[in-house]
Parts: sequence; C-alpha cells; structure tokens
Amino acid sequence: MLNVALPKGRLGEKVYAMFEAAGYECPSIRENSRKLVFENEEKQVRYFWVKPSDVAIYVERGAADIGVAGKDILLEYEPAVYELLDLNIGKCRMAVAAPADFRDNENRTLRVATKFTSIAAAYYAGLGRQIDMIKLNGSIELAPILELSDVIVDIVETGTTLKENNLIVHQTILPISARLIANKASFQFKGPQIEDLLCRIKEQVNECD
Amino acid sequence: MLNTTILKQEEKAVFALRQLYRQYGYLPYQMSKFESYEYYIQNKDFLISDRIITFNDTNGKLLALKPDVTLSIIKNGEDIPGYKQKVCYNEHVYRVSGNTHQFKEIMQAGLECIGDIDLYDMFEVVSLAARSLALIAEDFAVQISHLGILGAVLDRVCPDKGFQQKAMECLKSKNTHDLSRLCREYGAEEGLLVQLAAAYGPRRQVIRQLEAMGCAGAALEELRELSALLDTLPWGEKIHFDFSVVNNRNYYNGIVFQGYLSGICESVLAGGQYNKLMEKLERKSGAIGFALYLDLLEQLRGEELPYDVDVLLLYSAGDDKQALARTVAQLTAQGLTVSAQKSIPQKLRYRQLMTLSKEGTVC
Repeated sequence: MLNVALPKGRLGEKVYAMFEAAGYECPSIRENSRKLVFENEEKQVRYFWVKPSDVAIYVERGAADIGVAGKDILLEYEPAVYELLDLNIGKCRMAVAAPADFRDNENRTLRVATKFTSIAAAYYAGLGRQIDMIKLNGSIELAPILELSDVIVDIVETGTTLKENNLIVHQTILPISARLIANKASFQFKGPQIEDLLCRIKEQVNECD
Repeated sequence: MLNTTILKQEEKAVFALRQLYRQYGYLPYQMSKFESYEYYIQNKDFLISDRIITFNDTNGKLLALKPDVTLSIIKNGEDIPGYKQKVCYNEHVYRVSGNTHQFKEIMQAGLECIGDIDLYDMFEVVSLAARSLALIAEDFAVQISHLGILGAVLDRVCPDKGFQQKAMECLKSKNTHDLSRLCREYGAEEGLLVQLAAAYGPRRQVIRQLEAMGCAGAALEELRELSALLDTLPWGEKIHFDFSVVNNRNYYNGIVFQGYLSGICESVLAGGQYNKLMEKLERKSGAIGFALYLDLLEQLRGEELPYDVDVLLLYSAGDDKQALARTVAQLTAQGLTVSAQKSIPQKLRYRQLMTLSKEGTVC
C-alpha cells in the first residue's frame, strides 16, 4: 500500500487529479465528507489530506511514503527526503517586499518580518547584510505598514495582496513550485510502485511543458 | 540461562552484533566516556552535528561527552604496512537530534578496520554491515556509492567548489530538476550529472550506466570487483549502488554506504572509507567502518504482549511472607511472570489474578 500525503486546498486537488490521471484513482476522495483518509485497496493506494506545511514531516517520518510539498517548505525545513519531481504547478516566488518608496539604508540593521526565517536568514547571509529577524505566523503584509519591519520575505503568487497593502516586490529570492517528495526508506522498499507513479506523473508534467 | 524473549530489539541486537563482529576478528574497543573538546573542534566538519556537550574537568580542562566514536578510535594506533587493527564497539554518543533540535543520547554499534586496507576489507566491512541488518530484520537494503566516481564526474562537469557543493545536495535528494537548473546557471554540461543521479539500482545495471557515461579508472574497477565479491553473498541482491549516498569529500574517499530496515523511516546504518580523515590526523593508514544506530530500532514494532504479567498475586499486609515468597518462587519456576501486590495497580495488565489466603494458600 502506497501512502500519499496531499496538501489540503486547491493545490492538493490539482495534485490528486494528476495522481488520478496516472491511474492511482481513489473515488471516495471525491465524495463530500469530513474524512481525512481515503483508500483504494485495488490500486494499493491510500491518500490523506494534511496541512501543506506538514506534508514534508509526514513524508520524512515515514507516515507517508510520498507527498507533494512546496519548494518553500523544503527549503525552510530541509527535511531528509528525496525530491523526485518538479510538478510545475503551484508556481509562485519567494520575494522581498516593502512599500514602493522603501530604500535600504545599509547603515543600519534591516528589520525583516517573515514566516520563512531560514530562507530569509540564508538570503541575507549571502548578501552579508545584518538583519533583525521578526518571526510572524500570518498577515505578514501588516508588518511594514505598522513599521514593525522594514521589509517582508514572503510568497508572492499574483501580487494582489501586496498591491492592496501598498507593497511591491523589491527582490525575487527564488521561484517556488510544488515538488513530489518521497521518504528515503520507503523508496528502498516500495521502489517499483513509487517509480511507476513517478514515471506516469512525469509524462503529464512533460506534456504540459 | 538468559531468556532473550524479554529483551528489547536494541538489546538483542547488541548481543547478536558483538558475536558477529567477534567471528570476523573484530575485538571490542572500550573507550573513555569523555574526550578533550579541542580534539572534536579540530575535526568538527567530520561530525554530524558540531554542537557538543562540554564540561570542565576538576583540573579545569574542557572535556566533551563523545559526539562520535570513530574519532576516538582512530586517534591512537600504529601504522604498520600489512597490519590492520579491527575493532568493534557498542557506545553511547551525544548529539543534537535533527527532529527535536535538543541533545539526545544515541546508542551505536559498529566497527572500524584501520590500517593497510584492501578490496577484501571493503567487501568484509560492507558484508558485515549487510549481515548486521540481516540479523535484525529480513527486509533490509544497503546502498553504496563511490566518492571517487562522484568527484571525477563533478570535476569533469564544473570544478567550481560552490557548484559542486550545491550539486551534491541535489544528488543527495535525487533532485534532477534543480540539478539541471544549477548546471544551466553555471554553464555546465547537465547530462552527465543527471545521468549520475539516475544511476541507482541493481549493481550490474549501475555499472553499465557508469560505463555508458564514460566513467573509467580505478574507482569503477573497484566497484566492479566489489560487486563481484558481493555476488557471492546469499542476500547480495539487497545491496545496490546508488549515487545519492554522498558524504563529506574532505574526510571520506572511496566507497560510502547507508543501510535501511523496513519499518524504520530513516537510514539506520552509515559507513564508508575515510582515508582523508586519517591523513588529516597525520595517520598513514587507510580506514573503513560503519555505525548502526540502535536507538532507531525502537521504531520496529515487535509483537505487543497482551499482558504485562501472567499472574497478579494479591496479598495482605498481615500475610505470611514466607508463604508469599514460596508462592512467587513456585509460579516463576513454572515460567510465569508474577507481580506481587497489595492492591490491583490501575495500569497493570494481567492474565490471571491470584490471592494469597491467610493460610498461605493461593486461590
């Protein structure tokens, strides 16, 4: 049985559609219910919905054999997993945003608000820039408005939220997309099943390119 | 006579492994619990984590609780041509856990072969690694990579150290998409590295893939010969080549390997040839070894016993203790487990409840 952790939400639904098209369907998942685990005995596959940021933990700890996680989560938490495929969906970017008139005064410490402290720390360390990291868990855009921070480091998809809060992207740190990940031990013992699925999903990704 | 059925997985493993290693002439090595902190700091890149528990000795010297066994073993010993020091150990080390980011006591068993090592020693160490896993569970896997081949391919593609470091991270996670992007970013040829990332699986198949990539030389020959020797093992098909196994090239050279047990979510065994570490410590010998992380065996769910004890024997404060002792002795002599209690413990699961009567009889 292949255990698959899917990220809850729109991305997860897109991902499930890809798995379904790859021949790993599980009709019960389409039923409107509050269930979290769905199994297709015949196809030897079991899906479960988890919070997107938790997918990598489920996979790293072996509760799921494979899963789909954003590159942002993989870079932030660095789980010891195999990153088998870029699904080319859920595309966005990790960026530094601030009010349009923001000018970085390099003479003082830059205040950075973010959920992604590891990514932000690595980015500014690469620039050799001294920063004051402010870890927030949500509504990051509020930080520069209330002068809690000078800039934010966050995921930008369409930029609408930034625009509505009078912020603009000043630097793009890296592009983000959804990645198919696998537990390293599961890959040893369920290799053929994972490889079969990987191959079928890869075909779909290549067709879309 | 020791009843091994009551032992935990890791305790059983310690017995079985020591016996196995002794069979091949690996002598137990008892090391000091503490080491000089300075020694670890000089070689901190070799350690999995550079965070070390330190304390001052009575003379003020800064000591550390061992974060690693190999460093302690190799700092002593003589380099004599043709001579090999073969040692095995079962030790606790203290490291920061990757999951909790807190210090953790880790129980390790393993062995080191230090000296004038050759192909046979590589085979012996890899086969003992595989045998160690086979002793614990039927379903296991070993992956072997060769840093000589990996280094040669990296040097051919792009000599830039920054590129090589990032490429190794991609190889480690079988991440061919970012590997391709990285090659494009550095203007390096991506084909070879992507092929290397895809070089995993049965040994002969991987050797053919490496040949097709134009790999040649001593490292490939070493893998060919090692593979032929591994063919002689009864479970040789469980030992694969896989170039996602990478390790610090400043310390390791030659083969590096990892072992997995079905039911445990991460690798339980890691090892390799570390001649470069020996060089750094001004030793003239080569060395190869591995460690098995016994604390992870807890994840193997054995058969859960339905009861904690066979008999819960209740007695009262005023009961004859001679009769109580006699009854417990009789029951344990029958092979039963007995818990003598004055009242029924809330969480104790028992198969049979017995009560000691005032006359000293059991009902």
